[in-house]
Amino acid sequence: MPAVAETLETVQTVNDGGYKWGFETDIEMEFAPKGLNEDIVRFISAKKNEPAWLLEWRLRAFALWKTMAEPRWSSARYPAIDYQDSYYYAAPKTTLAPKSLDEVDPELLKTYAKLGIPLREQEWLQGIAPSPDAETGRMPVAIDAVFDSVSVATSYKERLAKDGIIFCAISEAVQTHPELVKKYLGSVVPQGDNFFAALNCAVFTDGSFVYIPKGVRCPMELSTYFRINAKSTGQFERTLIIADEGSTVSYLEGCTAPMRDENQLHAAVVELVALDDATIKYSTVQNWYPGDAEGKGGIYNFVTKRAACRGARSKVSWTQVETGSAITWKYPSCILQGEGSVGEFYSVAITNNRQQADTGTKMIHLGKNTKSTIVSKGISAGHGQNTYRGLVRIGPRATGARNFTQCDSLLIGDQCGAHTVPYIENRCLTAKVEHEATTSRIAEDQLFYCRQRGLSQEDAVGMIVNGFCREVLKELPMEFAVEAQKLLQISLEGSVG
Amino acid sequence: MLRIENLHVDVEGKRILHGLSMTVPSGEVHAIMGPNGSGKSTLSYVLAGRGGYDVIEGTATFDGQDLLAMEPEERAAAGVFLAFQSPVELPGVGNATFLRTALNAIRRGRGESEYDAMQFLKIVRGKMAALGMKDEMLKRGVNEGFSGGEKKRNEMLQMALLAPKIAILDETDSGLDIDALKLVADTVTAMRGPAFSALVITHYQRLLDHIVPDRVHVLSAGRIITSGGPDLALKLEAEGYAGVVKAAA
Repeated sequence: MPAVAETLETVQTVNDGGYKWGFETDIEMEFAPKGLNEDIVRFISAKKNEPAWLLEWRLRAFALWKTMAEPRWSSARYPAIDYQDSYYYAAPKTTLAPKSLDEVDPELLKTYAKLGIPLREQEWLQGIAPSPDAETGRMPVAIDAVFDSVSVATSYKERLAKDGIIFCAISEAVQTHPELVKKYLGSVVPQGDNFFAALNCAVFTDGSFVYIPKGVRCPMELSTYFRINAKSTGQFERTLIIADEGSTVSYLEGCTAPMRDENQLHAAVVELVALDDATIKYSTVQNWYPGDAEGKGGIYNFVTKRAACRGARSKVSWTQVETGSAITWKYPSCILQGEGSVGEFYSVAITNNRQQADTGTKMIHLGKNTKSTIVSKGISAGHGQNTYRGLVRIGPRATGARNFTQCDSLLIGDQCGAHTVPYIENRCLTAKVEHEATTSRIAEDQLFYCRQRGLSQEDAVGMIVNGFCREVLKELPMEFAVEAQKLLQISLEGSVG
Repeated sequence: MLRIENLHVDVEGKRILHGLSMTVPSGEVHAIMGPNGSGKSTLSYVLAGRGGYDVIEGTATFDGQDLLAMEPEERAAAGVFLAFQSPVELPGVGNATFLRTALNAIRRGRGESEYDAMQFLKIVRGKMAALGMKDEMLKRGVNEGFSGGEKKRNEMLQMALLAPKIAILDETDSGLDIDALKLVADTVTAMRGPAFSALVITHYQRLLDHIVPDRVHVLSAGRIITSGGPDLALKLEAEGYAGVVKAAA
């Protein structure tokens, strides 16, 4: 069934508007001293009980960061960020390294329950496919829950280990699988890649680590749920996914934060490595607090995500639904090294009120017969500004490379903006690059047509927007497609007067 | 019963309806005929509640409810259906999703239970078969890439599905071949009954060969200038609007 077929029920269950993930959990926290210097880097490394090589690695990144300037080439406009006015480490006191779900602070479990994130596990037998939960009808999903600077719980770890799959917090992987971490950390996004990546390398705290062994098809969706809770705190998560030869994995991340007047920084780095014939599907439903209607508060989401398709016929597919954050700056990319490797980028970005998004992708074709597809849907409402920025680069040896790009923008109201900035660099005569772009507006006659058939104005907008995003939403895992549609609707509430 | 009294309507500051009055009792089918620019489409949009049509004076009630005070979706829930002259496209919105959403919204408005996907499919397939529509029309985007005839069929499908108390057909016959025309007429005819009325707005008499109206009204320069039985349509066809308008003046 197409995801869109579920729109109706979904939309109708949403009756309380606004940002409903904006609550704060009252829990005793441990902080690093405010500000950023070498001692803070050492503090974080010591907290995580890291080996010397990793501390050195962090310090090198910090030294690099100090020489770099914050990038200002995106279309987002915001005041200068004071990097000394923030905490770089914040963790609930009670939950350092819980061994099992039973040891997790009940206050945290309550928080995740309130967010609709099921952390409890359901048994299923070897060789029998998992079945939907009797209560919710959902398929079980393995979840790593990251709360501010620490991973507080990871579910289904033992079950996944039976297939040789490693799914845990990256801080744990540093201890338990140092050889894998050392081999791959920074191999896709090096320390000096860009200002925010360098910052992340210096002060990253937690995130997920995934390793799928040769020939294994991961039996369930893997997911990380990021939650910023503490005040004046930045979140610097680091995620590393390695899909060994012939393996397959689908991974999803979600994110929320309390409503606050201050801007909070989220600077993540995600690295994916796909070896021969491996497939990684990485989906994001990004719902950080977007700030209020006047643009006060909200998360600065400055993220570096990159995949290396190292192996022949490897494939990485990025799907993102970006509804939150005051500012979004992210370009999930694919380096297509392996012969016949495939990169895909499917994106929906919504900006309402005063939100700004500058997002897109980079497809770097190095290997022969590499193929990439980009489908971007930007929706602007209120005073929102939405920019698609994308690079397609075809190297001289990428004979037979192909790219198809489609960028569509939808405008709601007359105070918002949509911008499309495609860069195409082709150094190969046999490559084929296509780019299509459209900009449209929700027409008054479309709304009236829907309302004449009994739909409320908000439902009509939701339906038209979901129709516009259909090509992207159908790429999401079924379990999350419904969630995403709901979000689109909520994000646009009040956008049509 | 639809009752319109002394309706004056402006569009962009220009007076289009000049004191229009008419009544369509429940169970009857009335036709409105008139030359281009006489205000036919304005009347249908005002009754359905489209924005940009300013009611300066007068009233329109349906079964005693003040239509003009209601939102478009409230009018739809009250049983007012407008078959559009040029139905819009909703790209990417699946026709099945749209039809089910609309049907359930209307049913909710009426205090009836909603249909789940299976119940809905059964009902819609039955209606589609009667209209000679193929199943794949459900999977396509709403009116997306539909031919003129397919769009009108889709309008008739919605009318049959939503089962309104009053259907306003705004020149639904324009651009249709004789087979499609007959299909529109058959759909309306099949719905005729004591609880259903229709306002058939048309430029030509030919649709009225198939939908025989109880009353025919002639609209000219924003008001009804004469009314009569079905034979009035035939007279118009024979003598043209000019003669009738002149005689009424």
